[in-house]
Formats: sequence, C-alpha cells, structure tokens
Amino acid sequence: MEALIEEFPVIRDAFWLTIRLTLTSGLVALILGTLLAAMRVSPLPILRGIGTVYVNAIRNTPLTLVIVFCGLGLGVVLDVSFSDSLSTNSMWLSIIGLSAYTAAFVCESIRAGINTVPLGQAEAARAIGLTFAQNLRLIVLPQAFRAVIAPLGSILIALTKNTTIAAAIGVGEASLTMKTLFEAHGDAVVPIFFGFALGFLVLTLPVGLLFGWLAKRMAVVR
Amino acid sequence: MTENGDATPLVVLEGVNKHFGSLHVLRDINLTISRGEVLVVIGPSGGGKSTLCRAINRLETIDGGTILFDGQPLPEEGKALARLRSEVGMVFQSFNLFAHKTILENVTLGPIKVRGIARGQAEQRGMELLERVGIASQASKYPAQLSGGQQQRVAIARALAMDPKMILFDEPTSALDPEMVQEVLDVMIGLARDGMTMMVVTHEMGFARRAANRVVFMAEGQIVEENTPDEFFTNARTDRAKDFLSKILTH
Repeated sequence: MEALIEEFPVIRDAFWLTIRLTLTSGLVALILGTLLAAMRVSPLPILRGIGTVYVNAIRNTPLTLVIVFCGLGLGVVLDVSFSDSLSTNSMWLSIIGLSAYTAAFVCESIRAGINTVPLGQAEAARAIGLTFAQNLRLIVLPQAFRAVIAPLGSILIALTKNTTIAAAIGVGEASLTMKTLFEAHGDAVVPIFFGFALGFLVLTLPVGLLFGWLAKRMAVVR
Repeated sequence: MTENGDATPLVVLEGVNKHFGSLHVLRDINLTISRGEVLVVIGPSGGGKSTLCRAINRLETIDGGTILFDGQPLPEEGKALARLRSEVGMVFQSFNLFAHKTILENVTLGPIKVRGIARGQAEQRGMELLERVGIASQASKYPAQLSGGQQQRVAIARALAMDPKMILFDEPTSALDPEMVQEVLDVMIGLARDGMTMMVVTHEMGFARRAANRVVFMAEGQIVEENTPDEFFTNARTDRAKDFLSKILTH
C-alpha cells in the first residue's frame, strides 16, 4: 500500500497519458471512421473499394502489429518524426496506430447505424434536392450516430484498454508504468496490480454509463 | 406558381421501359403532363404506378426511353439531378418526414440548404405554409408526435416550400387511418385549385372526380386507358379498367 502512495505522482502521470492517448485517438478515429463509413456507402465504386479494403485489412490485423508497425515502420524506417523528444514521438506514433485501428471499428459501427435509418429518409432528402454529401451530413449521419451511441461507447472503452499496447513501442502509459513499478517494488506486486486495475475501472465504468444514458436520451423517436 | 402562358408540356415520357430483374414494370410508357394539369394514376397494385411516379424525379432509373422535364432530359446524376429534384416536389405514402428535425425544420431545410435562403426568411415562409396546411401550432414538435394525417400535411408543406414546378404524390393517403384521409385530400384539392401541376397515384375516387383533369389507368406496366375522370368512372372504355373498377366500386 505504501508503494502505491509513494508512487502516486508516477501513477497519476501514467494514467494522464492513458487518458490523452484515449481521447486523442478516439477523436481522430471518430473523424476517420465517419469518413470511411461515408466512403463505404458512397455511390462511387472506387471510394467504396478503398473503404472496404481499409476496414478489412486493419480490422483483421492484431493491434500489436499495427502499433509496432507505426513505431518501427513509420518511426524508424520512414523516419516520421513529430518531436525531438523520443517519448513524445512514440506517443504520436502510437496515436496514429490506435486511431487507424479504432477507425475501422467506428466505421463499421456507423455503417450499422446508417442501416437503421429508413430508406425513406434518404429518399425524401434526395427528393428536395439535397446532394449526396448534404444528405449524409444533414439527414442520414445525425440519425445513424444517435442509433450507435452505445456501441461507440463500447469502442471507446475498448480503446481505453487498447492504449496499453502502446507500451510495445515504449510509450510510458499505465501498463508500462505498472511493469516498471513491479520491478521497483517486488514486494508490492499485488497492491500495485489492483491499483492499476482500479484505475482502468475508474476510467471505463463512467464511459459506459455516460454513453448508455446518452443513447437513451438522444434516441430518434419514429 | 405555374407558367400557364407556356404551352409546352411540363413532363414528356417517350417509350419509357423499366425492369426489376425479370419483371417488366414499365412497358413503353408514353405520357405527357401539361402545366397546371392534375393527373391521377390509378390501377391495381404492382401495375407500375409508383415506379412511374418515382421515375419522374429519378428516384427510379429507367432502362429505356426518355423523360423530359420542362423541355430538358432528366440529368443522370450529380448537382444537375439535385437541382431537378428541387423543382419537383414529392409526397410519399409513408410521409418520410425527417425524424430528427422539428416540423418547422422539416419545412425550412430545403429552402435553406438547397436554395440558400436566409433562415429567418425561410422560417417565415415555412410558418405561412404550415398555416396553409393547418399545422402551424405544431411547428416545434417532432414528426413522431403528430398523427399520420398531420404528418402528411407537413410533407406537402415541405414540398411546397421548394416552390416546385410540379408535385408527385405517391399514394399519399394509403397509409392513413380512414378518418385522416379527408384532411389530406382537402389540402391537395386546394393545391389543384391554385393551379399546381400534380401527378397523383391514388385510389381516391372522390379526389379524382373533384380535382383531376385526366385519369390514367395502369396495369401490368402499361397505360391501358387515358380518360376524363367522369368518363372513366362511369363509362370506362377498356375491359381491364371496367374489371378493376367493378372490384373497387362495389362498396
């Protein structure tokens, strides 16, 4: 227990990094996933094709591989650099991997949401002269999003936990810090473990509750 | 709203064909709709009425033939098609009001986003139109809070808000409870009197008799008979039409 108290500033910083990874990747994944969903329902076969290939390639690749590719492939081989600081650079490379991976799931979720919007909504939108892009933006996506708030919450929870894989390229988020603390406090492995597990619960439980509440509140009445 | 001085027809269909797989839903359709005309399309279900109606604003594509609207062939896609659709109102059987938008937003969305009209002006016009169809007091409600008849009247106001050259009605009263049919028909009769060009797929004999200039009877994808409403209902020329009428007029 003393170990937890003693190392509290380190643990707090580690979880703060976990939170930043989650929120940044979540935001990028939401935007990218929405674009991918728009591509997958677009009338242009080339866009649909790109969307389909992307989703199937990324969704079926283990996240560890995606993150390691970002760290080694982008970071080392292609020398992609965001910052002179090694840790900041790793953080951004892991955000690319987490966003790219999560976007595939966001895309499929939103596409499922689009399927809940009755065809008549899009037809009525076309009939008043809205273009395909306006139709998606004003009529279809707003209704689709409301239908998939709860699944998007699940994806955000998964993302929160998936940030631990950034440890594979040395990002000092919660799980890597936990491992480091295990080594420093060999006598306090169990309390440290439970401390970190509790930390993740504190992050993810409210997300589930919040998104469940939002889903009910925002539901489109038909 | 209509250019009655212009003698060219508003819609001309020539040799229009359409298949759904092996089903030949439109067979060599030739049809002309004049400006200010109210055309009622009647016939057994599966006869191609709705498809014909939806082909005019290209919600259904056609396999052969040509459709001219206001002298121009229907654009195939893109901005030109969107522009055409903004000039052709459409009222659906299932209303299709935007479920996440209020009644007023349903009516103002097109004018604001398609026509680029200022919000204040669009809202003022929207309220006038809602007044005209008798729904002004419900402007801030959502579609699901209204009855079917009210929703359909809003759908008509939404079509009118675009100042269309024509309105297509695809079985506008078929999904309504019987006591709500008349309130929708009254609005449509009002439009017809004001000179709106209308194509109405319906089985409402009363509407056809009071408001239509011409009745087209469709069966098996073909136009079987074109006639005046009175002649059609009292003295149909074709056996197919007589047979159909005998089935729906008995009660």
